[in-house]
Amino acid sequence: MTRRTALHDRHVAAGAMMVPFGGWDMPLHYGSQIEEHHAVRRRAGIFDVSHMTVVDVDGADPGAYLARLLANDTGRLVPGRALYSCMLNADGGVVDDLIVYRRAAGAPTPWRVVVNAATREKDLAWMQAAIRGDEARLRVREDLVMVALQGPAARALAAPLLPPGLRAAALALPPFHAAEEGGIFVGSTGYTGEDGWEALLPAAAGPRFWDAAVAAGFAPSGLGARDTLRLEAGMNLYGQDMDEGTSPLVSGLAWTVAWEPAGRDFTGRAALERERAAGPAARLVGLVLADRGVMRRGQKVHTAAGAGEITSGGFSPTMNRSIALARVPTGAAGECQVDIRGALKPARIVKPPFVRNGRVLVD
Amino acid sequence: MSNVPDELKYTPEHEWVRVEGDGTVTVGITDHAQHALGELVFVELPDVDRVLKSGESCAVVESVKAASDVYAPLAGTVTAVNGALGTEPNLVNGNPFGDGWLFRMRPADGAPAGLLDAAAYRQLLDKA
Repeated sequence: MTRRTALHDRHVAAGAMMVPFGGWDMPLHYGSQIEEHHAVRRRAGIFDVSHMTVVDVDGADPGAYLARLLANDTGRLVPGRALYSCMLNADGGVVDDLIVYRRAAGAPTPWRVVVNAATREKDLAWMQAAIRGDEARLRVREDLVMVALQGPAARALAAPLLPPGLRAAALALPPFHAAEEGGIFVGSTGYTGEDGWEALLPAAAGPRFWDAAVAAGFAPSGLGARDTLRLEAGMNLYGQDMDEGTSPLVSGLAWTVAWEPAGRDFTGRAALERERAAGPAARLVGLVLADRGVMRRGQKVHTAAGAGEITSGGFSPTMNRSIALARVPTGAAGECQVDIRGALKPARIVKPPFVRNGRVLVD
Repeated sequence: MSNVPDELKYTPEHEWVRVEGDGTVTVGITDHAQHALGELVFVELPDVDRVLKSGESCAVVESVKAASDVYAPLAGTVTAVNGALGTEPNLVNGNPFGDGWLFRMRPADGAPAGLLDAAAYRQLLDKA
C-alpha cells in the first residue's frame, strides 16, 4: 500500500510523473528533470521530502543515548546546531545515514533526527532496540510536511513565506543549524550542494506553503533532479554508496566518525578501530567519464591498483558529462577505465564534490 | 496512452519507419519508447554509408535512467543521420516522430516488409 504525502494532489495537478519510492508515491519530475536540476543550481527549486522519517527524541538522558547510537558526536552540538552522521551496526557497517538536530532550549523535545524513507521500519526498530531503560523516548512524527528549498535564491525567496518572528533567525542560520517557532522548523541543510533550507511544518499548512513557494518563484523539482544534484554534490545515497556491509571508512564518510573523545563508546566503534588500524581495503572516489556515455551503478572500474565498482552513476547536467561515485582499491588514483556495456571507456578519478554552489570544482 | 501515428510502420523493439518519396526510409523510436526511457542525454548514431543487416544493433539512446540499443528495422545502407541530436538529444523525447528522427537508410530489398502496422503495434502495447 503506497503512502501519499500531504502535497500529493499538488504534484498531480502540476503534471508530475509519479513513481513509487520507499513505499511512497512521489514526483519523479514535473516535465524535465534536467530543467529542474538547472533551476536549482541557477535560482531555486522546491522538493517535497515529506517521505523522510522524522523522529523526535526526549526522555531521561537522550544525549547519552544518541552519543552511543551514532558514530558522529552529538556531544559537540549546542542548541540550534545539527550534524550529519552514520548509525552503525556492531560490525561497523552502516545502518543508515541521518541528520540530527539539537533543538533550541524550550523546544518540545531536545533532539530531532531525520532518517531515510526507504529504511524507515528498519531504523525505527533499530533505534528503539538500542534504548536502555528510560534514557530515551522516540516520537515518530506523522503530522508534518517537509520541503527542501534549495538554490542560490532560495533563502531570499523563502524568507517572506515564514512568520515574521522566524524570518530573521532563519536568514541568519549558518550551515547545519536550525531555528523554529510556532510549529515551523527551518534547518540550513540540504541534499543539493546549494544554499537553502529544509523546512518542517504542520501537514495541514503544507499545501498553502507549497503554493506560496511556487508563486514566489520556486520550481517544483522531483526525485530525478534530487538524484542528479546530490551526485554532483558528492553526497552519498544509502543503499547504493553504502549499506550494512560497508563501513564509513570505505564509503567516503570517515570524516563523519568522531574518534574523540576516545572514551565515547558508540555502536560499531571497536570494529571500526580494527578496520582503521589494519588500513581500509577500499575507498569511495569520484569518477568523470572522458567522452560521451553514462556510467551506471554496478559497472566495473579497472585501475592500476586493481578493480572496483561504480556505486552511483549518472549524468551531470551542470558538467554535461557522466559522473559517478565508485568503490575502488585504496591506492587507486588518476586514470582508469570503466566497463560500459562491454566496452572499456576512459575515466578520471577525482575527489568529490564535483559541483558546489553552482561551480564545477573538478577540472 | 502513447501516440501511434497511423501512417507509420513499427517494430516490436519500438522503432518506427516512414517510407519517404525517394524510396529511403526514416527511422526513429516511438513515443512509448521515449516515455519509458526518460529524458535522453546522449544519442549514438551509425556512420553514413554503413551497411546494416535487418535487426542489427546500430544506434544507442542513453537517458538519465538507462541505455537502450536501437536495431535496424530492415537491411540497407545509412544515408543520413540527425545531427541535431548531438546538442539536443531531448528532441527525441519532445518530438519522437518528427524532429527526433534518428537516421535514414536506403533499403537493400525495395519496400520494407515484415513490419507491424499501427493497429498491430497498438495491440502489442496493450498486451505489455
